[in-house]
Amino acid sequence: MSLRRILAIMRKEFTQIRRDPRSLAIIFVLPLVLLLIYGYAVNLDVKHVPLCVFDRDGTQDSQDLLKAFQATEYFDVVHVARNYREVVEKIDTGECEIAVVIPHDFSQDLREAGGTSVQAILDASDSNSANIALGYTQAIVAAYSNRVQVEWAQRRGLPAPASVLDVRPRTWFNEDLESMATIVPGVVALVMAVVGAFLTSLTISREWERGTMEQLISTPVKALEIQIGKLIPYFLIGMVDTAVCAAAGVALFRVPFRGSWAALFGSSALFLVAVLSLGYWMSVVAKSQLAASQMALVATFLPTFLLSGFLFPIDQMPVVVQGITRALPARYYVTILRDVFLKGTPVRMFASELVALSMYALVLVTLATRAFQKRLE
Amino acid sequence: MSFLRALGRIRVLLKKEFLQTLRDPRTRFLLFGPPVIQMMVFGYAATLEVKHVAFAVLDHDNTQESRDFVAKLKASRYFTLEKYVRQKEDLRNGIDRGDFLIGVQIDSGFAQDLRGGKGAQVQVIVDSTNSNTALVGMGYVSQIGQAFAQEYSRQQMGRLSPATMNLVPKVELEERPWFNEGFESRWFFVPGVIGNLMLVLVLNLTAFAVVREREIGTLEQIMVTPIRRWEFILGKTLPFFLIGVFDATLVSLVGTLWFGVPFRGSVPLLAGSTMLFLLSSLGVGLFISTISANQQQAMVTAFFFIMPATTLSGFGTPISSMPPFFQKLTYLDPLRYYMIVLRSVYLKGVGLDVLWPQLAAMSVFAVVLLSVSVMRFHKSLD
Repeated sequence: MSLRRILAIMRKEFTQIRRDPRSLAIIFVLPLVLLLIYGYAVNLDVKHVPLCVFDRDGTQDSQDLLKAFQATEYFDVVHVARNYREVVEKIDTGECEIAVVIPHDFSQDLREAGGTSVQAILDASDSNSANIALGYTQAIVAAYSNRVQVEWAQRRGLPAPASVLDVRPRTWFNEDLESMATIVPGVVALVMAVVGAFLTSLTISREWERGTMEQLISTPVKALEIQIGKLIPYFLIGMVDTAVCAAAGVALFRVPFRGSWAALFGSSALFLVAVLSLGYWMSVVAKSQLAASQMALVATFLPTFLLSGFLFPIDQMPVVVQGITRALPARYYVTILRDVFLKGTPVRMFASELVALSMYALVLVTLATRAFQKRLE
Repeated sequence: MSFLRALGRIRVLLKKEFLQTLRDPRTRFLLFGPPVIQMMVFGYAATLEVKHVAFAVLDHDNTQESRDFVAKLKASRYFTLEKYVRQKEDLRNGIDRGDFLIGVQIDSGFAQDLRGGKGAQVQVIVDSTNSNTALVGMGYVSQIGQAFAQEYSRQQMGRLSPATMNLVPKVELEERPWFNEGFESRWFFVPGVIGNLMLVLVLNLTAFAVVREREIGTLEQIMVTPIRRWEFILGKTLPFFLIGVFDATLVSLVGTLWFGVPFRGSVPLLAGSTMLFLLSSLGVGLFISTISANQQQAMVTAFFFIMPATTLSGFGTPISSMPPFFQKLTYLDPLRYYMIVLRSVYLKGVGLDVLWPQLAAMSVFAVVLLSVSVMRFHKSLD
């Protein structure tokens, strides 16, 4: 093994990257674009839900209840329906996601019969948003009901029925329930996975396809030296990207950073070695750039997006799929990143994740090295 | 006559494309294997449901009332009792380690406060590293808490003065969730996965189509044959279009037969809009092909399109929650329209009268992108 030859390969690789504007774009622009799009657009907060009201009662009481809907930022009253057909139409077209229908004897029942009900029709096709919006609706109606009861009791000189159970939530790690704080650590993993596997799979299969790999092999450089020289530039780029993404997440999106930078870079290094080797291995196994990059994309982007737990919680998946997530280095990396960013837990708390990452790195490096040497023979 | 000859030339090119694509067993697998496998895995993975969330209890009160409350939480399908802990420290460590997401702390005096009608307190500590799970989970705890409190005060009032109990006015909420009555997360995401898979598949195939010929140098060979520009493009893209139609049928069947997502709309409407979407994806792919010098560039550019397109389509998160600027950006995303069609046809069962704007938008994309690509293709040969 010669350091000089490794450095020569590295220099060649750097020159190639520098001369390809699109590789440069992936390296420098992609992380920021990803961060901006995911940071701003991936938002599960449910606010300003378009609401349609249909007041068949038209009394002071019914208007009081509807005012409560107008007053919160969770709902925007975008339509006042005059008949039921309009309600159905608004929900069908998706212009409104929820409709509140007040029956025509609302006020009368409330004052004389002791109780009444209002109807909430929801477009529940987006079950998560609908569920959250329903929760807000329940809270508004419950608050109104409570107010009516207090007034009723006061008029009769009775003790007001107190709200007997006060559930006090305390949210840890992400106090304001910002979905950005949840998303941004995941985006770092996504960027690493893509930059790592995708770029390496392309650069090496291109050498095969153009026949330049044979030229390289005919020089005194050894297989391992090629591999190291080829991977180090991407490793360095990946580390810089990690730093840029993390810094942008903290500075731009105000994501807290409570752990240690050493833990961040240590785990990122392990993860990078794993995905770089994955890309390298695929480019050796696959014959063409098309196949290699397809494989890399299939193996990194969508699985990291869907299976790493960065958006969809793993504990809600069926057991078999949970098992599949264990085969993904990204899963462990995302867990560590969340710990480092939000929880600030000491390293021993995610030691098992670090061990898993190291194992994957080791296995993938071995696979890539073996496959490469075998192909050369 | 000339039309027939053109048809003949297209057929020859079609045959070449099919042979080229299907000859390699690996490519053959890549065309049909991953869509089905991904559909299965992602159909299961993409869920925002909050069920069986692990929680721990620190019960300092240890009375009938506190145990009743915990039993109520335990009985709901939303929560699973992980364990009882003895100290506050254990709650903290368990949440730190991720053993459970929610810690319920009941202080001593809980039952006394309840009986006295003063109003009791429960502290709920939520691990909010996943903001959605935390928000929804907290909502469930409050709901269960309210129900518990109401029942408790009802029982108490019933003991004190049964007569007044029926007179207390109250407003109840009748819930009518339409289209997805059981709030099944899967019903929402599975149709969306179809859209994502189609985009990735068709875009990747077409983005490479012309570039590969150019890189290998066979494009010049084809250009010296009598084939015309549009014939060439048609012959190039038709196989990918057909593969797309085949794969779309395949994954739609998986969605309905395997995942049991209801299909309430019309099959012809879905088929028609799927074709429109495939055509606009083909347009994007071809366009990328004409602006790329080699396969690597094509791949990179395709990725640069796919990544924001999947995010801005409203697949994972609602468009209405995005900032206004990003909401406007989504109109440039063909997947946005297809996503609406997919979900509406599957779940809502609405027809063309509601969905025509989406179909019109996709047609515009298809026509504009395809014609621009054909024009650019000419230039790129000079």
